[in-house]
Amino acid sequence: MSDDEEPVKDAGYDEFLDALESGEGYYLESSDGQGWLPPRTVDPRTGDGDLTEKPLPDAGTVATKTIIRVPTPQFEVDVPFALAVVDFGPVKMTGQVRGVDPEAVDVGMQVEPTVETRETTDDRLIVFRPQE
Amino acid sequence: MEPIRIAGGSSTEFGEFPNRTGREMFAEAGQGALEKAGIEPNEVDALYYGNFMGQDAENQGHQGPLMAESIATLDAPATRVESACASAGFAVAEGVKAIRSGSADVALVGGMERMNNLETEETTASLATAADDLYEIREGMTFPGAYALMAEAYFEEFGGSREDLAAIAVKNHENGATNPKAQFQFEITTEKVLDAPMVADPVGLFDACPITDGASAAVLTSESYAEEHGLDAPIAITGSGRGMDNLALQDRPAIAQTKAAEKAADVAYDEAGVGPDDVDLAEVHDCFTIAEVLALEGLGLFEPGEGISAAREGITSADGDLPVNLSGGLKAKGHPVGATGASQVVEMAQLLEGTHPNSDAVPDATVGVTHNAGGTVASVSVHVLEVVA
Repeated sequence: MSDDEEPVKDAGYDEFLDALESGEGYYLESSDGQGWLPPRTVDPRTGDGDLTEKPLPDAGTVATKTIIRVPTPQFEVDVPFALAVVDFGPVKMTGQVRGVDPEAVDVGMQVEPTVETRETTDDRLIVFRPQE
Repeated sequence: MEPIRIAGGSSTEFGEFPNRTGREMFAEAGQGALEKAGIEPNEVDALYYGNFMGQDAENQGHQGPLMAESIATLDAPATRVESACASAGFAVAEGVKAIRSGSADVALVGGMERMNNLETEETTASLATAADDLYEIREGMTFPGAYALMAEAYFEEFGGSREDLAAIAVKNHENGATNPKAQFQFEITTEKVLDAPMVADPVGLFDACPITDGASAAVLTSESYAEEHGLDAPIAITGSGRGMDNLALQDRPAIAQTKAAEKAADVAYDEAGVGPDDVDLAEVHDCFTIAEVLALEGLGLFEPGEGISAAREGITSADGDLPVNLSGGLKAKGHPVGATGASQVVEMAQLLEGTHPNSDAVPDATVGVTHNAGGTVASVSVHVLEVVA
């Protein structure tokens, strides 16, 4: 790949990160109100193909969390970091929690989603920061 | 359903053998199983072989024919089965299915994983690929991290402590101490577990299974084949169930419950005509201590929220009402991920037969269950084994 070529994307996913980064995150809602993250063409539980983009709530609640201390090589410089699954109601999302001591991250904490980069490789990732 | 006889089973020693090639390890296990069964390689109608990270560890895909070569079964179709850490459990299930369908009389099932030839971080990264790349791996999830998220969710919903989990590690090391195939043949104390360095809170180093090299294999036959050939095969697989869940934890309604195990167990119990109350002992997928808790509840052996205290109360110890992981489990016996599901079946058959070093704990047992989980329990294989002859 030469320098002037666009990097290869993961269609659906990269557009989602772009939107999340600019504060316009969304999820895909099935007919029964269940939410999923893209790329999806059906609700995996019902097979429902009628998925509609809905705005992601501005904040969610930490449903469960850990502190990663032994990382994969791609996160060597990032450790230790807090990793959480955050509940936004119709959909849950996984990401790192930043802007707070990892030890202080707790279930029930209100956080806002955004997109930042890994310290080790500079690749994008989903990040949560405490709600202001 | 027709019982599928286990005519012979064999495993390599489990441990750190970075210099052993996969083909040589599987040769030892596969040839050993055939020898015990008294069956020639040319009698094998199908090989189902579990392996997860062969491309990373040995730069080796397309392992079906390679492993068929290692046991001289090239006249039969050989299929590599991949379902992360449940690869070999799924291979066993494929063998059962092939015999039941009538397309095979004899199936060789098993698996192999070589892991210690890589650096620990490389192995961690390779294992992490069993999670969702876009929504978990790219966020930095590791497998200890994933099970830590499940443990925290469990604690939040039902309560429990690191001491409860430590009791599981202590119990499984006790069992492994007397298993000559086990990677860790020594006992540990609760203090040692609690004082170990954290890997991903609340999962400490001794809450986690080791990184293991090894292979395991079993020869399965139809009832009629066993009878016609006068095989000494008193143990049969009477139920074989598989269950699936969303790959990513975030997409499941409940993170502290393993629906895939519930589905697999329902099918396996139904086929065998037994229920959780009939189970005398279990070999479950304790890659991390919390995983044993989730497995026991998924199998219906304990109600949700009650599995956490089973080890601490002694219920699941060797002299308890329901011994769990008498082999030492993944925690002490070791976890060569692509071989584990077959190893559980091999060890369970020996425990029921009375030929396992730890059989004395279960002299009257007739029904055993094995539970093999892939990823964060997104795929599960459950087998019911019974003494039938």
